[in-house]
Amino acid sequence: MTTNANPSDETNGVLMQGDEACAEGAIAAGCRFFAGYPITPATEIAEVLSRRLPQVGGKFIQMEDEIGSIAAVIGASVGGAKAMTATSGPGFSLMQENIGYAAMAEIPCVIVDVQRLGPSTGRPTSPSQGDVMQARWGTHGDHPIIALSPSSVRETFDLTVRAFNFAERYRTPVILLMDEVIGHMRERIVLPDPDTIELVERAGTTVPPEWYKPYENFPLDVPPLVPFGEGYRYHITGLHHDERGYPTNRLDEVRPWLERVFRKIESSISDIMIYEEDEVQDADTLVIAYGVTARAARQAVEQARQHGHKVGLIKLSTIWPFPEEVVERAADRLHRVIVPELNRGQLALEVERVVGRHKVRRVNRADGSILSPDDILDAIKEWSR
Amino acid sequence: MMAAQYQVRLAGTGGQGAILAGILLAEAAIRDGKNVTQTQSYGPEARGGASRSEVVISDGEIYYPKVLQADITLCMSQEACDRYGGERSRSGLLILDSDHVSRAPTTMAVRVPLTSLAKQVTGREITANVVGLGVLVGLTGIVSREAMEEAVRARAPRGTAEMNLKALRAGFEAAERVRSGGA
Repeated sequence: MTTNANPSDETNGVLMQGDEACAEGAIAAGCRFFAGYPITPATEIAEVLSRRLPQVGGKFIQMEDEIGSIAAVIGASVGGAKAMTATSGPGFSLMQENIGYAAMAEIPCVIVDVQRLGPSTGRPTSPSQGDVMQARWGTHGDHPIIALSPSSVRETFDLTVRAFNFAERYRTPVILLMDEVIGHMRERIVLPDPDTIELVERAGTTVPPEWYKPYENFPLDVPPLVPFGEGYRYHITGLHHDERGYPTNRLDEVRPWLERVFRKIESSISDIMIYEEDEVQDADTLVIAYGVTARAARQAVEQARQHGHKVGLIKLSTIWPFPEEVVERAADRLHRVIVPELNRGQLALEVERVVGRHKVRRVNRADGSILSPDDILDAIKEWSR
Repeated sequence: MMAAQYQVRLAGTGGQGAILAGILLAEAAIRDGKNVTQTQSYGPEARGGASRSEVVISDGEIYYPKVLQADITLCMSQEACDRYGGERSRSGLLILDSDHVSRAPTTMAVRVPLTSLAKQVTGREITANVVGLGVLVGLTGIVSREAMEEAVRARAPRGTAEMNLKALRAGFEAAERVRSGGA
């Protein structure tokens, strides 16, 4: 059920669903191609885009499955379009091989995973944050990835735009990791003025076609990707390749590529890291949360403050690459870190790696219900005295 | 500081329109200049099965988007009442469709025959959810009647606005009868 008849009022804002905000964010970001296969709780994204894309001259395709969907998205991107697909856990599993292809071939694209309870078909209409590690390591082999996770309808719009910007700026697949609550929730939002939205367009090249190297390792960490069909002939493959894209086994060609694709993300960490700190200045206890859980955490932190507990919150919007420096910097001053998640402890593994296991308390729920403010408040109280 | 919030739960059987009622209430709240979240919970079925919609209305920012303790609960099926009728805040209001609910956890519940009223006023039982909204808004004033009417009019499928407004006003009138001691 999509929100077609919004009471569009500029001062009051509109009631919009998270999935719909994702679709509108994609349109605002310049997405002009969507291929997907319906799946709860991501179907509304496709539903809205099937109507919106033709209005702006874009293409919408319902594919035969999720493998075809991500393949079509990669093809559209090589053709020059900003392209996206949207799915949930079972479809995200099917897409993993081609996500690796996009990482290897450095094809900008956005993959939305509205997480539902797994494993397997699980509980289609129940929320989860169980795909955190899959977003990082679901496809095989060492590769960089960016994953963003929104915790409100407005943030879903904003992070969808950012996901496209990161995909284009860094020539990489970007995963938008939503959850069922954020996807299906309707909330009052005021959308930004389109003129104020910062957009990143694909860098072109000035070199003549015969000089163009789509995988040149120097001087830029992100060599421009020129769309097929503009007279620039080059090769794209999932095999390790040379600077022109042709398969290679030469270590002096494999290693510079590998170093560059990690460097292009790592050297831009400050651009990629999106997070909010709340009440951390004097805190001795910190809650680190993301997605819908960050909203329960915010309420818990506010209630705990009223009870005199010195507790702060870091709400992560960027979860991959893991914001090591942000957590490390905060953890130096802190005694305890609480990591609530709708899984059995996934991002907590990263927090533990950075601040040490003895400082971390996990609060987990992986049965299809969400954590309440009290669940987190109990952990704060238990640890604060 | 967190501003005053109202937490509303609307529950019934899939197909009765509990989720749509939540969306309508949320849109009315926006027209009144409030902040609002609307969430839902339902099974994989298209019809049947338990279905619920939750609406949080606030003057300030809403952190946790779901209902923790409902101030107002509307139950349109016995199953919904068995499950959510008791999960209210102490002073919480419980409204029941007496055509579908016979047992309630409290004698203080407001019982209104939403389904038969809907049939009587619009000829369509399917508008019972809108009658229920009318009762809820009429009794509590959680959103203004004008905003509620505008929200219903804006979202009604083509040609059904008048029918749905009739259902809503029947709910307002039923609320007046409840207030004056009748049913």
